[in-house]
Amino acid sequence: MINGLLNGVRRLGHRVVDMLWRMGVSTRFFLLLLLHSGQCFRRFHLIIREVFSTGVLSLIIILVSGLFVGMVLGLQGYETLQTYGSEEALGILVALSLVRELGPVVAALLFASRAGSAITAEIGLMKATEQLAAMEMMAVNPIARVVAPRFWGGVISMPLLAALFSAMGILGGWLVGVVLIGVDEGSFWSQMRAAVDFKEDILNGVIKSFVFGVAVTTIALFEGYDAPPTAEGVSRATTRTVVTSSLAILGLDFILTAFMFSGV
Amino acid sequence: MSDNLIEICDLSFAYSDRMVLKGINLSARRGQVIAIMGNSGCGKTTLLRLIGGAMRPTQGLLRVDGVDMGEVDQRGLYRLRRRMGMLFQFGALFTDMSVLDNVAFQLREHTDLPEEMIRDLALMKLNAVGLRGAQDLMPSELSGGMARRVALARSIALDPALILYDEPFAGLDPISLGVTGNLIRRLTDTLGMTSIVVTHDVHESLKMVDYIYFVSEGVIVAQGTPEEIKASELPYVHQFVHGEEDGPVPFHYPAPSYAADLELSA
Repeated sequence: MINGLLNGVRRLGHRVVDMLWRMGVSTRFFLLLLLHSGQCFRRFHLIIREVFSTGVLSLIIILVSGLFVGMVLGLQGYETLQTYGSEEALGILVALSLVRELGPVVAALLFASRAGSAITAEIGLMKATEQLAAMEMMAVNPIARVVAPRFWGGVISMPLLAALFSAMGILGGWLVGVVLIGVDEGSFWSQMRAAVDFKEDILNGVIKSFVFGVAVTTIALFEGYDAPPTAEGVSRATTRTVVTSSLAILGLDFILTAFMFSGV
Repeated sequence: MSDNLIEICDLSFAYSDRMVLKGINLSARRGQVIAIMGNSGCGKTTLLRLIGGAMRPTQGLLRVDGVDMGEVDQRGLYRLRRRMGMLFQFGALFTDMSVLDNVAFQLREHTDLPEEMIRDLALMKLNAVGLRGAQDLMPSELSGGMARRVALARSIALDPALILYDEPFAGLDPISLGVTGNLIRRLTDTLGMTSIVVTHDVHESLKMVDYIYFVSEGVIVAQGTPEEIKASELPYVHQFVHGEEDGPVPFHYPAPSYAADLELSA
């Protein structure tokens, strides 16, 4: 009985120590990444290439998802607002939901599963096939040459993808609300324009998606860099990227929302 | 300038508390091809990684081109590595770059040469390994032997003084094996480099190396020229060179008695 309890405490202790150790290593990794970022800004084509592979190649899933989310918002919003006779406010509901919350959060979740997992798998496989070790042996720092451009590529892409997601969502809301259901188009757009504030809503949404971009890309890069160099190790790291990034996005969203919109 | 490019004196290395190398003494003269041989897990790849600066010795002296590898900082290590090439077991080519870009990689990273000159230099290196015609292929389109040759061209891109080869013959067909062996010898002689080859391919190595070190359980158990090794009567060397199943390296992994394992009473 006592032995079982002691073993349980010991296992818990090991887990806590492991977790703290991993946090320390990932923080060191993040700082090294920032330290070696100067070189990739001098060779900006490396970042542009990563913006293409993380951003441009994620466009289809982002645009299609944005459109459907907006269409669902249009339908659900109309149903609710109709009860109170204020269906003209559909434009406000769709725009604020997307710009403040759904745009940054859903785009980041999609980004984590599309681009984040790809980054982890790529870096993990580069490690498993000794490409990173080969780079080290050629006196080229893999953090400066491989990791930093991918980080900045992801950080630049994320706010742009979130903005496109929101724009497509608003288009979807308009399609359903105005074109299909027949909400007054003038009210839809004018109420939206009057209610959405640039600094309060749009800028805060951009800040959110920037923070999510930093979090997702750092997690994806660290998991890939830290993955055991085996097929199983890379597959587990890829799964961990998606799970950890998703939880980080939701947790950070709550904290950021509390600071931005609650007057805390 | 010392005649020895590599000097190792009483070197030991341990992974935490497990000793992997014990009291290693080795030297390699400029222009020589040296083979480090031994059975799997004997510590030869660890020795190669120590020479390449991937790890630091636990004890003893390891000097490469006059640089003390136990003391060198990262900047000094990177400076040294520009004069060093390494061929990994399976090539370790960058899979997102073409063959030509792989070979040009170091030239682009470490020199300010114009792009046309980099292309010409990379093509010359590819020509030296017979693969100029494969310049536009991607690594996934190459056979194992071709990938090894491209990696060899990449490792000589900056005309290094030293090349380290980790199992260059593993998994190659007899033709590719002969081609790779000849290339190592020819490039070493032509470019005046020193080559350290970690391998367990006895027959190919005996044809092209100048000197051989045999490592077993972390210590050097035999050394000599190919002729001396062929004539050696040392049991370990004899077993290794002739590929005998049993000898100083036992066929059976240490285990309790067979009868006890099968629970047979006496």
